[in-house]
This record gives sequence, C-alpha cells and structure tokens, in this order.
Amino acid sequence: MKSITRSVALVATLLLGPFIWSADTIKVGVLHSLSGTMAISETTLKDTVLMMIDRQNEAGGLLGKKLEAVVVDPASDWPLFAEKARELLEKQQVDVVFGCWTSVSRKSVLPVFEELNGLLFYPVQYEGEESSKNVFYTGAAPNQQAIPAVDYLMNDIEVKRWVLAGTDYVYPRTTNKILEAYLKANGVADEDIMINYTPFGHSDWQTIVSDIKKFGSAGKKTAVVSTVNGDANVPFYKELGNQGVSAEDIPVVAFSLGEEELSGFDTGPLVGHLAAWNYFMSVDAEINDEFIDAWLEFIDDDDRVTNDPMEAHYIGFNMWVEAVNKAGTTDATAVQDAIIGVTVPNLSGGMATMMPNHHITKPVLIGEIQADGQFDIVWETPGTVVGDAWTDHLEGSRDITADWMKPLACGNYNVKTGTCSGQNYE
Amino acid sequence: MLLGRLIKQDWGRSILLGTLGVMCVVVPVANLLVPEDSAFHVSTYTVTLLGKYLCYALLAMALDLVWGYCGILSLGHGAFFALGGYAMGMYLMRQIGTRGVYGHPELPDFMVFLNWEELPWYWFGFDAFWFAMLMVVLVPGLLALVFGWLAFRSRVTGVYLSIMTQALTYALLLAFYRNEMGFGGNNGLTDFKDILGASLQSDVTRVVLFVVSAIALALTYLFCRFVVTSKLGRVVTAVRDADDRTRFIGYRVENYKVWIFTVSAVLAGIAGALYVPQVGIINPSEFEPLKSIELVVWVALGGRGTLYGAALGAVIVNYAKTWMTGAFPEVWPFALGGLFILVTLSLPKGVVGLVRSLPYWLALRVRYMYHKWGSLIRAKFSH
Amino acid sequence: MKVAARSSTRIEFGRWVRSCLVIVVAAGLVPCFGLEEKSALDASFQATVDLLKTRSFGEKAEAARAIAAHTHPRTLEVLTALLDAELYTERKTDRVVFANGLDGGGFNIRDAVTGEGLGQVGRRGAKKISVNNRLRGLLRGLIAGIRLDDKDPDDRIAAAEAIADGADSSMREVLDARLLVESDAKVIAAIETALVVFDLDANDETIRLRAIRASASNLDGRVREKLTGISNDPVASEAIQEAARETLESIEETVARYKTIETVFFGLSLGSVLVLAAIGLSITFGVMGVINMAHGELIMLGAYTTYVVQTLFPGALEYSLLIAVPAAFFVSGLVGIGIERGIFRFLYGRPLETLLASFGVSLVLQQAVKTIFTALNRPVATPQWMSGSFELLDGLSLTFNRLYILIFAGLIFAALVLVLQRTRLGLEVRAVTQNRAMARAMGIRSARVDALTFGLGAGIAGVAGVALSQLTNVGPYLGRGYIVDSFMVVVFGGVGNLWGTLVAGLSLGVANKFLEPYAGAVVAKVLVLVFIILFIQWRPRGLFPQKGRAAES
Repeated sequence: MKSITRSVALVATLLLGPFIWSADTIKVGVLHSLSGTMAISETTLKDTVLMMIDRQNEAGGLLGKKLEAVVVDPASDWPLFAEKARELLEKQQVDVVFGCWTSVSRKSVLPVFEELNGLLFYPVQYEGEESSKNVFYTGAAPNQQAIPAVDYLMNDIEVKRWVLAGTDYVYPRTTNKILEAYLKANGVADEDIMINYTPFGHSDWQTIVSDIKKFGSAGKKTAVVSTVNGDANVPFYKELGNQGVSAEDIPVVAFSLGEEELSGFDTGPLVGHLAAWNYFMSVDAEINDEFIDAWLEFIDDDDRVTNDPMEAHYIGFNMWVEAVNKAGTTDATAVQDAIIGVTVPNLSGGMATMMPNHHITKPVLIGEIQADGQFDIVWETPGTVVGDAWTDHLEGSRDITADWMKPLACGNYNVKTGTCSGQNYE
Repeated sequence: MLLGRLIKQDWGRSILLGTLGVMCVVVPVANLLVPEDSAFHVSTYTVTLLGKYLCYALLAMALDLVWGYCGILSLGHGAFFALGGYAMGMYLMRQIGTRGVYGHPELPDFMVFLNWEELPWYWFGFDAFWFAMLMVVLVPGLLALVFGWLAFRSRVTGVYLSIMTQALTYALLLAFYRNEMGFGGNNGLTDFKDILGASLQSDVTRVVLFVVSAIALALTYLFCRFVVTSKLGRVVTAVRDADDRTRFIGYRVENYKVWIFTVSAVLAGIAGALYVPQVGIINPSEFEPLKSIELVVWVALGGRGTLYGAALGAVIVNYAKTWMTGAFPEVWPFALGGLFILVTLSLPKGVVGLVRSLPYWLALRVRYMYHKWGSLIRAKFSH
Repeated sequence: MKVAARSSTRIEFGRWVRSCLVIVVAAGLVPCFGLEEKSALDASFQATVDLLKTRSFGEKAEAARAIAAHTHPRTLEVLTALLDAELYTERKTDRVVFANGLDGGGFNIRDAVTGEGLGQVGRRGAKKISVNNRLRGLLRGLIAGIRLDDKDPDDRIAAAEAIADGADSSMREVLDARLLVESDAKVIAAIETALVVFDLDANDETIRLRAIRASASNLDGRVREKLTGISNDPVASEAIQEAARETLESIEETVARYKTIETVFFGLSLGSVLVLAAIGLSITFGVMGVINMAHGELIMLGAYTTYVVQTLFPGALEYSLLIAVPAAFFVSGLVGIGIERGIFRFLYGRPLETLLASFGVSLVLQQAVKTIFTALNRPVATPQWMSGSFELLDGLSLTFNRLYILIFAGLIFAALVLVLQRTRLGLEVRAVTQNRAMARAMGIRSARVDALTFGLGAGIAGVAGVALSQLTNVGPYLGRGYIVDSFMVVVFGGVGNLWGTLVAGLSLGVANKFLEPYAGAVVAKVLVLVFIILFIQWRPRGLFPQKGRAAES
C-alpha cells in the first residue's frame, strides 16, 4: 500500500515538480531500467538513490537547497539509455546522474555525458579498461574482485584446476582474459583451465555441468570462477546441485551473484558456494546495521536485502554530496576537480576514497552462501584495494594509466608513447 | 509532373510530404540560428529524437510495403534494419582510426582486447564510405533475396512465413551476440567519432543527419508510392488479395514476392544506416524478435496499406514511449499494452482509418441532426 | 615456507589433541555415577565447545575434531548443528547455543552443553558460528565416523560414503574397525569401496596395485579422480602408473558409452521442456488460428501460481507441486478464457490482429505481475523428491527433476490427446477446426467451444509454468524466453498437429544436445534454427501437415 502511495506521490512530483520547486532545487537524475530484463536488478538501485535523497533532504538538503529526484525508465533498451541520458542532461538539466548497470548501457550513454559534460556515478562491478572524465566508477574493477578471489582459491583452498564460466559478453570476456593471464603467470598449465561461454539467460545447463564434472574429476582440486549473469544463475546452480556437484567438491565463486539475486533463489543447492564482493549485508559494522534499518524502513518490507551495488551508490552519493559541499557549487567541472581525494565511510566499517583515476578504494570480501540467502564472510583483504582502471595483466592496457589530476588530466595515457588517446573532448 | 499527379490524389500524402518539408527548414533554423533561451529554440535533444523517429518511420514504411501491399507479414524486419545499421556502424568504427582507447590504427578497440591479430576479411573496405553504403543496400538485400527465393519458391505462406522470418532474426540475434563473430558481441559497435570527416558530436552534423533522414523518408514514400501504383504494384496487390488466382492467370507470383520483399529489406537497411549515427550505438538487441513484432504494431496502429499511416504509427508509438518512460516510469507498460489492445479492437484500420472515416461519420451525424432537429424546427415555424 | 608453517601447526595440534584425549579419558574413568561426575563431563565438554569461538577456521577445525573425540552424549548434536548452521553464540553471555530461527526474525535458543532451553532472543541477539567448505567436509566426515555405528544400515552406507568423500586419512582406522564387526553385505561393499579410495594412496606398492586393479569396474567418481591423479603422478612407479592408465582406459570406455545415453537423456529432457511450453500454443495457434503472443505470460502465471501455493502452504512443500498443477491450470485457464472472451472473440478470422492485441496483453500481464510481486525473481523451492539424481547404473545417473518433467510432459501430452480424441469437447473442437461453418450448422455452439479450447490451451501453458518453476527463474519476464522457441516447435511439427509438436520438440531437443559438445550452446541453437528454416522450404507445412480443406486457407 505504502509503495503505491509512494509511486503516486512520485508521479505527482514528476508532473508537478517543475512548478513546485522551480529553481531552488538540485536535480538528481536516476537512470535505471524499471522495465525489461534489467529491471530485476536496477529497480532496487533506483530506490536506493531515492532513499539517499530523502535522507539528505531530512538532513537539511545541500547548499541550502532541496534535492529533487528525476526518475526515467530506459527500459533495458540500450539506445534508449542514450536518449534518456540526453533527456536528463539537456531537457531536465540535472546536476548529477546515478545510473546504468550493464556495460553496454554505460558505453551507450558515455558519449552523451562527455559531450554535455555531465556527471555519472556507475555502481556496478565492471571489466575496467575505461576511465572517463565524466564517469565515477564506484563498483569494483577486476583487481578489486576477480583477482583477490582467485588468490583466495589458489592459496586457501589450494585449487589447481580452473573452470572459467561466463555469459558471453564483455565483462566475463575481459575478466576471464585477465584471470587466464594471471593464472598462467602463477604456473597453471593450459590444460588445467577450461573456458566456457553461454548466451544470456541460458537455461539448459545439463551438458556444461556434466563437462565441468568430468573436468573436475582429474584428481586435482577444481573450482569454477563464474561470471554467469543474473538470470542464467538459478538453472546453473540447480543443475550443479542435481548432478551431485557440491560446494565441497567443486566450489563456484561468483562475481555477479549477490543477496538480491539470492532472494529469488531456492538457496538449498547453493549453500557453501562462494561470492566475491566489496560488501555483504552480513558485514558486522555499526554503520551497516544503521543502513539496513534505514533501507528496510524506507522500502517498508522486512524481507528485502541490501547488496554491493547499493553500497556503491551509498558511497557514490555521499562522495558527490561531499564534493559539492567542498566546491560550493554543483557545476560539473568544479565537482570533478573537488571529488578527487574525497573520503567517505563505506558500509563495512572502513573508508572509501575517490582516486585520481575515478575509481575508489574498496575492501575485498569473500563470502559463502548460507541457507538463509546471506553470506558468511570467510576471507577479506587486510586493507582496501585501489581500483585499477587499466589492468596490468593484459598486453594492450599494461602501459595505459588514468589520472584526472592536473597536469596529466587524462583517462587514457600511454606511458610508453606519452600520448593521451580515446578522448571525445578537448 | 509526376510529383504533381502523386500529390493530387490523397491528403495523407500531402500532410506527410508537407510536414517533412516544413521540418527540413524549421528544425535546422530553430536549432542552429534561434538563440538557446528563446521559446522557439529546438534543443539538440529534440533534433536527435525526431531524427530517430524518422528512421523508425522509414522502417515502418518498408514493412508496410510488403505487409500492406503484398500481404507478407514479416516478423523479422528488424534483422534487415540491424544489418544496415551494422554496415554503417562498421564504417563509423573504421573512422575512429587511432583515436580508439588502445590507439590501434586498424583494429577497433574490442578486437584489440580480445587479442585479434588482424582485421577479419569481412571488415575490409568499410573504411570507404561508398563501400559501406553499398553494403548497407547489398547485405540486407541479398539476405532477403536468398531467404525470399527459398521461401516463396516453395510456397511458404501465412503464419509459416511469419514464424520463419522470426527464426531468421532470432538466429542472427544469437550469432551477433557471440564475440567470436567480430562484431563486438553484446556491446555492439559504439563510441563513434565522425562521419565523412564531420564530428558526430556537433550540432550541425546532427541537423544534417536529421535533414537527410527527412529527405530519405520523403523519397522512400514517393518511391513506394510509385512502386505500388505501377503495373507491378497492381500485380503485387493482386497477389495479396488472391494468391492462387493471380498464379492461374499466369503471373509468376513468387518472383513478384521476392522482388517486393528484397526492395523492402533494402529500405529497412537504409533506415538502419541512418539510425546508427544518430543514436550512437548498434548492438544485437536490434535483432530481438520482440522489436520486430513491435514494429508490426506500429504499422497496424498507424493503418496498414497506406504508407504514411505506417510512418504515423511509428511516430505515435515511439513518442508515447518517450513521453511515458519519462512521465510514468513505473507504470507505462500498462498504458502502452492497453493502447495496443484498444487500437486492435476498435480501430481495425488504424489511426488513418479512423481519420478517414471521420468525415463520413460526421456527415451521418449531421444528416441525422438535420432530420431530427430540422423536423422540429419546421414544425415550430409552420405555425 | 608455507608448508613448514603448516606442518608445525599440525605437530602442535597433535600434541593438543592428545592432551585433550587425556582429559576426556580421565573424565570417563571417574568410577562413580554421581551428579558431580556428570557436571565434570559437562565442564570438559564446555571447554571443548568453547574452542569454537574463534574467527580462524583452522582453529575451528581443531575444535571440531576435539568435540568428535569427546565422549559427551551431545557430541553428535553439536557437530550436526554446526554443520547445519544452527550453532550460535549468544551475544549477551557469549555462550555457545543451539538456535532455531523464528518466523518473526529472532531465535529460540538452547544451551549447547546442557541442552537446557534459554528462551528467545532477537535477530541480533545471537551470532552464528560460521563454517566454510573445508570445515563442512571435515564435519561430515566426523559425523559419519560417529554415525558409522548407527543402527540403520542405510545410515551406515551414507556414513562410509561420506568418509570416502572427506578422504581424511585419519578416518581410515574407523572404517577398518567397523569392517570387523559389520554384518550387512551392502554396508560391507560400501566400506570396501571407501577403503579402495584410501588404498589407492597407500604407500605399499602391492596394496596399491591391487586397489588399482580392483577398481576397473568401479565407476565411482572419486575412484576415477584418484586414478587420473596416479597415472599422472611422477612420484609413483612405472608399474603403478601403467596399471592406473589401463584401468582408466577400461573405465573411460564405459563412461563414453554412458555419455551417449546421457546426451540422449539431456536432449529428451530439453525437448520435453520445449514440448511442454509449445503444446498449449499448438492448441490455441493450431486449432484456433490465434497467434497468442501472451502464451509465454500464461506460462509465467503458472510459475507464479506455484510460488503462491508454496507461500500459502509453507508446511506442505513436498506436496506443493501436486497442488500447484491444478491451481496453475485453473489460474492460467481462467485468464485465458478472460482474454478470449474479452479480446480474441472479436478478432476471429484476423489472425494477424490477434498477434497485435496479444502483444499488448503480454505487456499488461508482465507489468501486472511486476506490480504485485515486484520485479525481483521469486524463490520457488524444489521438493525433496525432485532434488538430486537417480542412479540408473553405477556411473550413470539421471537428475530427478529432469526425469520427472520428462514423464510429466508425457502425461500431459497423453491427457491432451485423450481429451481431444475421446471427449465430447474434443469432438467439437475437431469439428470446429475442420470446418467452422459446417460445425455450426450441425448445432455446435462454436463460441463456447472457442472459449473452452482457449482455456484448455492456456491452462496447459500454466501447467508448463509449474514445471519450468523447477528449472529456471520465476520472474515477470519468464515467458519471453520461451515464446519464440514455442512457435518454432509448433511450426516445425506442423500447425494443428499435437503429434507433430511432440516429435518436433523432442527431436529439436536431441539435435541441440548432440550438436552442443561440438559447436557450443549458441552455435548449436543457431544451426538448429537454420535447419528449421531450410526444412520449412522443403516441407512448407511442417513435419505433419494438416490435411483437408481447412489446411488450404
């Protein structure tokens, strides 16, 4: 009931918004799919931003003004993302945008943000190989998720044989390429690595799971590193469970499976499998408890969970607020300068800092899935890890670095040739 | 003279061509010359949006040519649109040159990081604009020719044909999602810099693309009009209405079908090629069967078999989508779905049919009124 | 460096276990049976259990071993609770407790040592003692060791297998000891298999060779794993490596044979899913000429019905599917009849327009479900009897859920054929299909037949949704993934022919699965699609074309 009232209020705000608070509000754009295939993941992020805006307004707003949300629905349609981004920046004149989930949606809006000099906070773990003046990457880069997870499996579980299974798109491709290079550099032989790609929403895993089982029965400890995306996960784990592959035989470590996805699962067959993130709902910290309570109250449903991309928006939002306060204006260029070095608390009891490459510092946690859909943290990095936009493990990007501080001010600087390339702006 | 004859016949055509003509003048002026704070300024956002609608309108017209005039319901026309788009996208990718992320002079970024050593053979030639444009026409055209030749020769008709076109676009969807194909996988082709040396980020380029789309739409309309009113077009319509009879009279029905199907696919390809530089991305989701079905809905909603009705339908549905995804982001699919149901049930001839029947309806109303009130008035005044 | 560190912990650990054992034995030796003695046992157990209160999993493992070695009657209970994540520490008193989650979010707690009830605490009142995979494996082994003395022979077999799985060499002696007293033949066989696994690692060459030879007919995955390891082990002698290789070869032969059977099963299973999804469409599309794009959404409604049934009867999980099948049939069937009466009724004879209207219906249904249940996927639990796999032969097992769905698809198909061939409704449906005007002239109320036929087709879609809820996500877009495939199956089989749908679905499934190992999942699917396109050129009306006049128009 409350959610209906809220959506009515929201629609009303959207329709009447421009008349009620004309010029003395700061507009915050929310660009998350509310329909189509990505709605499953992105709707929650929209709610997270709305909650952060509410809280900020309760705390007195920003620069003496109220914040106002502008929500649009890009409907999981990539060209529509570009159109909606332009609508937010040009028509609605928003000061900042929180949005996108998939890499392709980010790639689709990137030229728009660069052309119109907007600000985008992107909250999802991604493949790296990018650093834009206008985008702040608050999710994990590969070195903040994939590599520590593999280190854990290699050193603590003593895994010798690796299945890299992923959905066929750019994030798994890049991550697996990085991991393959990393594993080989650590002495893993070619025949001990199996790479497998499946299409989006793949639902018939019988053959692949049977292959994995066979691959895993070669007398060496085997693990699956899964970059399988959202919808394909349920049938994958079900098939694993049914074919008798338990987490103790062949553990699966997943990079795109969080609390929210688990809440739609029958967790039975998943218990003991692993996930690597930078935040878990089960993190034992005062600030996390407070955030969870606020979220449950805002969404008015005690069964809801929190997850890693929500934390990323939490951090991103607070960083933006901090930077606006520091700059004294919401002007994009001023905020871009001010935000580098801004440090705000993360939800696991530590601090997150915005680095000059527009990525942030994060702790890396590994959790085991429990029957209640939560993760038990079994391992964590001693401190935080700095996000690396350009991986050191791939030929092409080893020499590239990103630094948005003057005098370099380039997201794509080749140290060898001394050139700054791939930029759409002066 | 030809133009004059064509325009004389139907008001729908006059409105379409008139609107396009006015837009070609007003939009550039209002975007480039009118100052930004003026009430008459048209923002670049609006220009790209209108440009996108025009491409969709062109695509819808292409579908209407086969569906409305030849009775071939293609549920896979999105495939031809996407192929045209990819051909254009490949040209735009090659134009990036060394300005890519990795600065490789030849390979697009996605190939560099997937360790491609050299450009695959099918990418050759796409650095030349003329070659890319040739491919925009040839690739969808050839595919349609082969598919149509196979299908129509063995007399695959009706729903069988519709489902086969769906299978075609679905197969292409799956294939283009594969990164091994060398078309960028799920991310598709993006991050374009310039076209024929003009920056895609500049307002002038956008306006030019918009005007080109408008002209293309107008020309397509005149061309389709010409086709359907020609002798060949009459045969095609005969095929739609009575396939077997036309065959018995002695026409090679399958040849006419293949021909019209290929022409339509080429037009769809051109629409795709105009669409890509304006939205800045082409990816496999354009092959999605649901998109092709939605395209059929545009044509039906506008009114099939009228050409301008198809264009109108495309603009109405897409404008509704733009508006509703912004204004009611949480509930808009209800409205859109409801609109589709309502139109099918109450407007079997689409919006154009409604507008067309309006004068008759009004005339009836007036006559009724006249009789009812007229007799009253007469009765009153006869005293 | 790392190895050295580990072995030193092990030495320390050994010493520590021994001292623990001394305490335990001492406690057991106290001759009198008074309260004091019992509390002394409790106290020593308390001390052992308290060792679990550490963050290090290594230390927890040591603690678990110590608990297993303890004579306290609650040993098994504590270890099982630890394995099942029901062992907590109470935040206030920091003592180890058994905790059962309450519906409201809190816990019911009992003391782990005395078993005494301690009342309830809130959600944050107790903290779980976490376990990881390695610890879980160890716990299973330890529990099995204790349970190897269980009364039930099945439990003993399970225990022997669990020990073999754990491959913890310290458990070998437990097995040996049990073998001496064991009388049940099956249990002896299980223990011997487990022992072979240990023997394969034996230091003595003769024992090792014998173990290798003995496992030639053993298709157990653990044995194969060991053998592969040995055949590549440079430390093992030439003879052993050779023997391992030979044994492996003979095993591989059998495995390859089974692999083919398995692929056929995988194919049939995929095919049965296609048949289930398509068969409702075959009725509405084939029999009535309605192109129902909302068919996928009717499947989705069936899946959601399963979720609702499970939420309404949380206690009856095992029977939930049996309730869900008729429920889903009625829900989807009623919605279907509603759509037919409200929309399609006005569109007969205009099949392409049904496509447009039903596309709108599918958008509305998706959004409706999203509004009611949110966009998140809903968890649908799998009953016990549908989990796991069924061992057809040693080394060839078929998963239960797939097996049941295959059988289920067969039953639904049979039922449908019966309805269409043997009932009054079926007769009327066939009459209307063949010649609507003539059927009406004969007094059949075609409007009623239309509504019922559509309801039947929609109901079957709902039932398919129940089956799909056991395989995949239950979310608002569940139906989207199946609609194109369903149309493909119906058209390939021949519109209006149920047998065609069956044959088409199964053969496409099998073809897909045979192509998959060579071409990969995506290319296999593309090839199948291209095949269908070409096939239709050859036979434009599908596998089993409909005959008669109606087919011409």
